[in-house]
Amino acid sequence: MLEVSDLKVKYGEVAAVKGVSLSVPEGSIVVLLGANGAGKSSTLNAIAGLVVSTGSIRFEGAPLSGRPAEDIVTRGIALTPEGRRVFPSLSVADNLHLGGAAHASGAELKRRVEAELDRFPILRERYYQKAGLLSGGEQQMLAIARSLMAGPRLLLLDEPSLGLAPLIVDKVFDLILDLKRRGLTILLVEQNAERALEIADHGYVLQTGQVVLDGTGAELARSDLVKQAYLAE
Amino acid sequence: MDIVLQQIVNAISLGGIYALLALGLAVVFSIVSLINFAHGELMTVAGYGMFFAAAVSLPFPFAVCAAIVFAVIAALLTERFAFRPMRKADATGLLLTSFAVSAILRVIFQNGISARPKPVPLPSGFAGVIDLGFLHVGIVPLLSIVMTALSLTALTLFLSHTTLGKAMRAAAEDFQVLRLMGIKANRVIAVAFAVSGALAGVAAVLWIAQRGSVDPLMGFVPVLKAFVAAVIGGLGSLTGAVAGGFALGILEVLFQAFLPDAALPFRDAFVLGFVILILIWRPDGLIPAPVTRRS
Repeated sequence: MLEVSDLKVKYGEVAAVKGVSLSVPEGSIVVLLGANGAGKSSTLNAIAGLVVSTGSIRFEGAPLSGRPAEDIVTRGIALTPEGRRVFPSLSVADNLHLGGAAHASGAELKRRVEAELDRFPILRERYYQKAGLLSGGEQQMLAIARSLMAGPRLLLLDEPSLGLAPLIVDKVFDLILDLKRRGLTILLVEQNAERALEIADHGYVLQTGQVVLDGTGAELARSDLVKQAYLAE
Repeated sequence: MDIVLQQIVNAISLGGIYALLALGLAVVFSIVSLINFAHGELMTVAGYGMFFAAAVSLPFPFAVCAAIVFAVIAALLTERFAFRPMRKADATGLLLTSFAVSAILRVIFQNGISARPKPVPLPSGFAGVIDLGFLHVGIVPLLSIVMTALSLTALTLFLSHTTLGKAMRAAAEDFQVLRLMGIKANRVIAVAFAVSGALAGVAAVLWIAQRGSVDPLMGFVPVLKAFVAAVIGGLGSLTGAVAGGFALGILEVLFQAFLPDAALPFRDAFVLGFVILILIWRPDGLIPAPVTRRS
């Protein structure tokens, strides 16, 4: 579904991604592992069109390179950015509304809001509250719901479990599995390697901007490199 | 008692004009980090809009509409041809661009129209005074309060109830994420400029209603004041801009009314001295904008 080859991202003179190639088959969960600064977020941001990149990005056969972020989301790729980044002074309702406003209107927009409120009942309770007043876990739910409002076929999730209590982390991973069951394809960046590899169909390990290892979730969980660097053993 | 109430009316009416102008600056600044010093020239364009409308003998209400339409068009043109090409520039680059736009427009007014003030005929009723028994209020301050209230209400409804309005508030908080939602950056920015132009247009009408003429430098002083108001309120904060505008208007009228005659020439020094006190008390302004992310 998504084919990335020889992706490079530079911030000024600093190369953050140095030729990453990866593929995300339809209906799968693919995870990117790596230390801070390995280029995981830059890879996602490049796919979503937020940062300029070279190399090739193809989605469902069509090239995406050089297209602006506004355009890429309408083609079916939504990014839930690191740190949730909900609009804090806007209500939950307005956050959801803006998530879908460019993709649906009228009854269809209302239907999508209802679908997200059914998926995340806590957001229904907080519907008229400012997003900035929500807890971290609730903000993460809102950020994901807001991305889903665009009706994506591929969801890019950047560190969805970061800074959340263990109980909430469980919820987030259950949610990701549930989204997969409903037919969504997911590219996930995670610090929590153990949990991520449990649900991943395939994984890539990034080090200083390059892929150093890839394999199925189970293969990576068994590999020495992953064990030493990312799993507490 | 009467004089105090009248001064209050004057303070609100002057503060309202500053509030509208400061709000125009804040709407643009909150989204693109541009302090638009060409905002004053938008006022001047609006003034010439009224002048031309009167020259072809359009009735006054149409002249008011012409003023607002001219200012909106001018705001959109400066965005499209001056600020959009400079989008990637830093704050200094944007600031210098706005000085350039301001200077170019002023030269166009001076050479293309006239360096002298052009009269803008006002309806004869404008000179009148309404007698409320306990209070005599001029028509112009009263109209200006009504216009300010209507504009602020309209803007509030726009920002809270329309998709574009919500998008503008969201853009002020996190523009990148708004683009991730598929909402076009250029469109949101253009609308912000259009809104700031409309506010400058309304302010220009109220300003001209007090003086009856327009000249190439007309916008300079009020926008300088509006900039001060925006800083008092908290740069980039919309409610702050309104609060700062009214605070400045009230300060000016108070000092004007109650300073001893000998000190009156130094009124602005007193006003700005007081502004410094406010900023020592609240360095980020009365109602600071929430901290925004720009990564």
